[in-house]
Amino acid sequence: MKARLFSYNYEDTLVHRLSGLTKLICFLLLTFAIMFSYDIRVILATLVFSVILLRLSRIRWSQIKLMVLYVLIFLVVNTLITFLFSPEQGVEIYGTRNVIAKLFGRYTLTQEQLFYQGTKFFKYASVIPLGIIFLLTTNPSELASSLNGVGVHYKAAFAFSLTLRYFPDVQRVYHDISQAQQARGLEMTRKTSVGQRFKNSLMVVIPLIFSTLDRIEVITNAMDLRGFGKEKRRTWYNKSKLKAADIAAIVVCTIFLVITILISVFINHGRFYNPFL
Amino acid sequence: MEKTPIIEFDHFSFQYYSQTEATLHDINLKIYPGEKILIVGPSGSGKSTLGHCLNGLIPFYYKGNMEGSLKIKGRETRDLDIFQLSKMLGTVLQDSDGQFVGLTVAEDISFAMENDCVTTAEMHERAARVAGMVGMETLQAASPYELSGGQKQRTSLAGVLIDDVDILLFDEPLANLDPATGKTAIEIIDDIHQQMKKTILIIEHRLEDVLHRGVDRVIVINDGRIIADMNPHALVSSDVLVKNGIREPLYVTAMKYADIKVTPEMKPGHIWSLQTGGVNEALRQWNHSLTPISHLNNNPSILTIENLSFSYDGVKPTLSTIDFDLHEGEMVAIVGKNGAGKSTLSKLMCGFENPDKGRILFKGQDIASKSIKERAEFIGLVMQNPNQMISKNLIVDEVALGLRLRHVPEDQIKSKVEKVLKVCGLAPFIDWPISALSYGQKKRVTIASILVLDPQLLILDEPTAGQDYRHYSEIMEFLKEINKLGITVILITHDMHLMLEYTPRAIVLAGGQKIADTAASVVLTDRKVIEDANLKETSLFQLASMAGIPDGTQFVQNFIDYEKGAAQ
Repeated sequence: MKARLFSYNYEDTLVHRLSGLTKLICFLLLTFAIMFSYDIRVILATLVFSVILLRLSRIRWSQIKLMVLYVLIFLVVNTLITFLFSPEQGVEIYGTRNVIAKLFGRYTLTQEQLFYQGTKFFKYASVIPLGIIFLLTTNPSELASSLNGVGVHYKAAFAFSLTLRYFPDVQRVYHDISQAQQARGLEMTRKTSVGQRFKNSLMVVIPLIFSTLDRIEVITNAMDLRGFGKEKRRTWYNKSKLKAADIAAIVVCTIFLVITILISVFINHGRFYNPFL
Repeated sequence: MEKTPIIEFDHFSFQYYSQTEATLHDINLKIYPGEKILIVGPSGSGKSTLGHCLNGLIPFYYKGNMEGSLKIKGRETRDLDIFQLSKMLGTVLQDSDGQFVGLTVAEDISFAMENDCVTTAEMHERAARVAGMVGMETLQAASPYELSGGQKQRTSLAGVLIDDVDILLFDEPLANLDPATGKTAIEIIDDIHQQMKKTILIIEHRLEDVLHRGVDRVIVINDGRIIADMNPHALVSSDVLVKNGIREPLYVTAMKYADIKVTPEMKPGHIWSLQTGGVNEALRQWNHSLTPISHLNNNPSILTIENLSFSYDGVKPTLSTIDFDLHEGEMVAIVGKNGAGKSTLSKLMCGFENPDKGRILFKGQDIASKSIKERAEFIGLVMQNPNQMISKNLIVDEVALGLRLRHVPEDQIKSKVEKVLKVCGLAPFIDWPISALSYGQKKRVTIASILVLDPQLLILDEPTAGQDYRHYSEIMEFLKEINKLGITVILITHDMHLMLEYTPRAIVLAGGQKIADTAASVVLTDRKVIEDANLKETSLFQLASMAGIPDGTQFVQNFIDYEKGAAQ
């Protein structure tokens, strides 16, 4: 079968065994640390760490290939656009100007810009594996209970986890509809223009939306009939108590965040690490 | 009976705000504790609305105007909310796949407890106990999607039983189930009724299948009114079923064909209670009077499947070494339980997937090199759910879509579309929006949108799933007409009536292999095939054996032939 986006598979690994709440907290702590810091050393360290975690949780390349590809495309486009709009951003931040090459017009490639954009690229790139690990190793129902555990309203938490859970289903239906429409002569390949392809994809998306709405009515009725939304709160069947490993993971991630902040405050004297001084 | 009713409708009427007329009129009905009641009626009769009024989806989710009184356990339902009602009356919805909210069996069973804020520890204990009650204790950690149909039913049932409700409402429990699973579902419901002394309401239009086990009363609803309220024996002896578009049990039809007057004294409500003592001779004579007809089709072959094998993951074969030959103008059923490879086979024919081994020949030509679009010129596929195919607002645009995508000139499109819509009985609706059509009409639109491409072979996936007798007959008669025009039709189905009445030949798949390719009458009387394909022995076969007719299979075939003759 085709590799599916966001499909949770249980494997017995260290990462899978952590509670959903722990994984959510760790994810938030690490993400915050990376978003806060513009220190390439911290960022690369996180990247290495998250790739190790990815291996530890036995996530296969085929599971994440598509997602990684989309993210890379996004990052490359983002990098190019950043350069086009503010080619001197790096110079402004680091206060020096070491020219590598003169390009065209007002565009000059500087060491500062290269360093700044490289930092930014890896900053985003290192969050992605963390997000992937979180989504692929967390049982969707535990995800709901952990979101609820950090204060998200249970209805929102439940809606989020239902969406994730139905994602593989919706993908399958999309695939079926797309094949049936192709049989009617719909061209979904690169043989047509972008505009035409967009119009063609509507012919798959519209039936998809309508058949999904049918499903939503069924599930809503089933949930109402079993008392969903009755009380201001609810309990969860899948709520594991935090174990020693969970506490350890949270402590490690908290220390990581603290160190990142300390590096910024005492070594870099700001969010940026400046090698040009 | 001096007992107080547990459910009491008193001059009860209901009208949806979105409708101009009331859906339920002046309903008067008393149901007593511990009764098992079957509510039958065609689609649109109001039977589902009645169910919604009981479980509180009306007026909680569907709004409308209620008149008269409806009391459950002595309390007026309009004074209760859906949550209070759900503690007295538990509902098992028809689509068990769609209603699973938990990722594991135990979690799904616990859903109602989660909403009641039961502690996690107590929840685990109670879920385990209820799972034991329905025989699912060893499967608590399984995903509902990995379960067999019967196990899914048990899981949904447990999710409702967790609240210890007094009344259980089953809303079309048999829709979407194959015959064998449907039979199991009825047995599970009956066991719960016997063991737990619950009051049970079953809303269903497949009468004969529900009557596989006993019920106390059958309520017939049509046009929003109660037409009949009687025991099964009296009901099948009357003309209420035929008049109200509900299929009567096949063995009853057979006896009527044999000119036997069916009376309540014969206990004809269930095949197992039926006393044929006095009518055996008449049945034997009728059977004897019919001469077997040959059903050989000598037309040239249109589709040949040779040694076809396919696997999605390269490890587990989905189809292995399938062989068969279809002749022009045939109408064939492909049957088998879920996962047997039926849909995969149709995907291979349409080119959505490519076979690992083997060949598909169309009129003697290998079609391996043909693309999806090219194959669509001669093989058309109609999906089960019409909502999954319709992407335009107007019927005319939807039907024209395939032609427009093929850049056929507009003037030709117009005449072709008009012609097809005429064939499909949709000509008066040509400029209508599709949203104004009924489910059956939408189904026709999707068939029309494929027919417009002039396919010579039409594949339909479960064309009659979830349809009542009238819509079923409409769709099938229409397909018969199409078939008569010379189009070969393949039906992927587990509807046994469809096989008996419309497809002389059935190809049975099990575990990716072809286990039978023969007359429907043979398939539905062969124990081994029935078991492997999750089918059920037809009651006609049992009738034959009760009447002392040695060749039961031939009796079934005679019945089919007689029925076809009678239809003409």
